[in-house]
Amino acid sequence: MDIKEIIKPENLVYKRTPLMTDATLSYCPGCGHGTIHRLIMEVVEEMGIQQEIIGIAPVGCAVLAYEFMDVDFTEAAHGRAPAVATGIKRLWPGKFVFTYQGDGDLAAIGTGETIHACNRGENITIFFVNNGIYGMTGGQMAPTTLEGMRSSTTPYGRNSTAMGPPYKITEMIAQLPGTYYVTRQSVHKPGPVRKAKKAIRIALEAQKENKGLSFIEFVSNCNSGWKMTPVDSNIWMEENMFPFYPMGDIKVEGKLVKN
Amino acid sequence: MAKVKGAIVVEVERCKGCQVCMVNCPTDTIGMEEEVNGKGYHYAYMKNPDYCTGCTNCAVVCPDGVITVYRVKQN
Repeated sequence: MDIKEIIKPENLVYKRTPLMTDATLSYCPGCGHGTIHRLIMEVVEEMGIQQEIIGIAPVGCAVLAYEFMDVDFTEAAHGRAPAVATGIKRLWPGKFVFTYQGDGDLAAIGTGETIHACNRGENITIFFVNNGIYGMTGGQMAPTTLEGMRSSTTPYGRNSTAMGPPYKITEMIAQLPGTYYVTRQSVHKPGPVRKAKKAIRIALEAQKENKGLSFIEFVSNCNSGWKMTPVDSNIWMEENMFPFYPMGDIKVEGKLVKN
Repeated sequence: MAKVKGAIVVEVERCKGCQVCMVNCPTDTIGMEEEVNGKGYHYAYMKNPDYCTGCTNCAVVCPDGVITVYRVKQN
């Protein structure tokens, strides 16, 4: 069968959602941010809430997230996205509000805002992209950098005596009573991508029913910061990141399923 | 038995040549073109168009969402 006979509108099975704009993504080749953006927009499209959702962009690689996702967006000061989301949600309880943050934003400068928003149980959704490094500023050590991992500020590897061990903010906030759904996902392979999409759906559905805060961590790669090819960085992530940041649900329907 | 045939279309100018689609293709359909696009990336193309089953694995992992997938069932 000729390819031209297959490529017809009636045979279409997958196309980038129209909720992603035509702007070329500013991320490095192979970066998980693009996939996560697209998954969020696919779920928004499926739920038909494009007019009802407001996103908060972070500071970091995803600072231009509003250029790529075709929904209402606002920018927050570094780390303060959960606080801005709280304000928007309280004034507009009928809207869906989500923040999209990296590990430098959420787990470093914005730790206080994150923990208190989770503790208050604000009815928002937090998407947290953890790549274990400060990507945008040039690959410096982040709080989530693994022990022994090299970065531009830890050229001999992270030493936990001097710099403290990496911390798992997702497990930490799962202990707080305000969180309803806490999970950790990845987007490096087709299977995990499909699971991650289901998790995003659960999180936004929970927000619709005013259940409390839902939090999704995506363990992602940073091939530029890790100085690897995109394919190698995905393998490295599986071998090194996943043992420390295990995949799966941590809290479902307000109950801890994994400590 | 019904045979499933697929095909992909890559938006050449948006492709960044990261090869994530290539390693996740279960049928070895995708390869990277020797030519480069306007940004200098070796973009993805159908190296073995006959192998494609339209499983959409490449499209769901593509960080830039440049792949469109088509599929037909042949009897």
